[in-house]
Amino acid sequence: MSPLLSVRNLNVQINEQPILHRISLELAPGEVHVLLGPNGAGKSTLGNVIMGNPAYSVTDGEMLFNGMDLLPLSVDQRAQAGIFLSFQNPLEVPGISLFSFLKSAYDLTHNTHERLWTFRKQLSGTLQDLAMDESYLDRDLNVGFSGGEKKKAEILQMLTLNPKLAILDETDSGLDVDAVKAVSHGVARYMEDAEHTLLIITHSTRILESLHVDRVHILAEGHIVHEGDASLIDEINTHGFERYLSLQ
Amino acid sequence: MNEKTYLDEISHSRYDFRYAEDNYFKVDQGLNEDIVLEISREKGDPDWMRDFRIHSLKQYHRLSVPDWGPDISGLHMEDIITYIRPGHAGMTPKWNELPGEIRETFERLGIPQAERDSLAGVGAQYDSEIVYHNVREEVAAQGVVYTDLESALHGPYADMIRSHFMHLVPCTDHKFAALHGAVWSGGSFVYVPKGVSVDIPLQSYFRLNAPGAGQFEHTLIIVDEGASLHFIEGCSAPKYNVANLHAGCVELYVEKNAHLRYSTIENWSKNMYNLNTKRAVVKEGGLMEWASGSFGSHVSYLYPTTILAGAKAKMTYTGITFAGAGQNLDTGMKVVHSAPDTASVIHAKSISKSGGISTYRSAVTVTPAGTGSKSTANCESLMLDDQSRSDTIPVLNINTADAEIGHEARIGQISNEAIFYLMSRGLSEEEARARIVSGFADSVSKELPLEYAVEMNNLIRLEMKGSIG
Repeated sequence: MSPLLSVRNLNVQINEQPILHRISLELAPGEVHVLLGPNGAGKSTLGNVIMGNPAYSVTDGEMLFNGMDLLPLSVDQRAQAGIFLSFQNPLEVPGISLFSFLKSAYDLTHNTHERLWTFRKQLSGTLQDLAMDESYLDRDLNVGFSGGEKKKAEILQMLTLNPKLAILDETDSGLDVDAVKAVSHGVARYMEDAEHTLLIITHSTRILESLHVDRVHILAEGHIVHEGDASLIDEINTHGFERYLSLQ
Repeated sequence: MNEKTYLDEISHSRYDFRYAEDNYFKVDQGLNEDIVLEISREKGDPDWMRDFRIHSLKQYHRLSVPDWGPDISGLHMEDIITYIRPGHAGMTPKWNELPGEIRETFERLGIPQAERDSLAGVGAQYDSEIVYHNVREEVAAQGVVYTDLESALHGPYADMIRSHFMHLVPCTDHKFAALHGAVWSGGSFVYVPKGVSVDIPLQSYFRLNAPGAGQFEHTLIIVDEGASLHFIEGCSAPKYNVANLHAGCVELYVEKNAHLRYSTIENWSKNMYNLNTKRAVVKEGGLMEWASGSFGSHVSYLYPTTILAGAKAKMTYTGITFAGAGQNLDTGMKVVHSAPDTASVIHAKSISKSGGISTYRSAVTVTPAGTGSKSTANCESLMLDDQSRSDTIPVLNINTADAEIGHEARIGQISNEAIFYLMSRGLSEEEARARIVSGFADSVSKELPLEYAVEMNNLIRLEMKGSIG
């Protein structure tokens, strides 16, 4: 099958400092990939670069999404093409309700103008799945949300926007058991669609327990130092990253 | 692509239209005793008012231009026409009796529609005179008086006007208060009798149409014991290449246990010098609420002032200022706690963009009589680029030992991370910025009447259009 996302020999800088080196990845539709690595390895950077964060500059290599060159596309164009990034630290934006934000985002990524009431009804099922009270919709986007609430709100956005590729950046870190359960449930629901594709960035592995992982990439100091199948997760859980740190 | 030009056309079409002032009565440019006497004669002032004008004119000549705020050297009093009356006879309570161009002006501004939908009464001023005034029958039946000040000067409330007019803002207060005293014209008088609650708002709209003219309307509101009122003031003008001047005066009397909410959305054109004075006095247990959005004018000096003169009197001030290219908006508020257990809550926001200067200037005074007073202030400024400026100049003058005073100020910029976040959900950069800016203003727009909140969001959107390089 032709890949959904194809990253080839990507070099990335921030403030003229190289930060990612010759990164190559290929995700076929329906696959679940995991990006593991110690803190500071550049995992979040890669997620940000795929989404198009202008803080980073791609100095070499290419990135294709459904065969389309991603590099010239702005962040919103990538979102409209079907890429979603669940943020590690979702930003608080006062004065915009979660509902009106979701509504704008949905309309823009689906090129539609959904009716308010219909849209609100659509959301209520998803909210229940995530064990979120409907009153969250009327609160300002992420303002005063706990860590777990913010991550649940990210998954709510993912499930609502229904992207082809979702990148989950440390979505499970720092959450209590219930929140991990809700988030995992949401992610599992997302993967019920055979076309949906995941790139999960994590340094723990709790969120992976309920998922079928196709491929694992280990990133250390800006290089992909090792790749393998799901068994690599158990190995990392047992031995840690130590043995990969000097392989580059 | 020339989106800017296209947008300028849209953005101005709402306010930037004008009609010729054919057959209008106007005085000569400038200011002297003959002009003041001519205005007084034209308006049929009682003697005391004529004398007051002349006294004010003397004060005007004596007082000097403020030297502590934005530069107003571009304002030449000798070029300003202080009185210009639309060429028709007097005021009417019927829109369809207005001359075509004046009626059309207010139609385009949406005033008659708003009156039908959501207001208890409307006054509309065109240049120097109120041309329309109407109040719903059921409101009038409660004894509420809402009329132009000129009529009130000759009617049963003449004594009340005399004992309140420019008592709160004396003509010696500052140079432009003196100017106002000399040439004031138009504005509204509202009296709400004891215990009467006016449930839907009254609104006055001020439109300055003529180039090089000044508008000096006077608003006098008395909310008697236990009564309550929401009053809305709106203003706009088309843009000219010559300076226009607005030096209005607002005096608000909030009696014992009374409640007054005063909302303003000001969108003067960007050639306007807005040197306006607003002041309220609040008696025991009374509540004064200010909600204010300032978007227009070239230079503004605007500091609504509240004197908490009775025990447990309260004041809240919620205001936002948006300074774009070529604008220097010096706004803020003052409050004097001169009675025990009085309280004030201040929530001020400013946005500056494209080289605009926004200054928040405030003074909180607690006199020795203001024991147990509380005041909290929260000021937030948002600068949208590196050329813009934002300053906060708070003054605290506390003369009791037990006052609780808090002041917080924050100045920030839109973070690139926040823009990235919103864009990652499909919003364009422009849309993302506009949403963040309206979100910043949201806590203030919530305080404004609905139509004005919508209006304010539209203004922010228009200001934000084309702001992306």
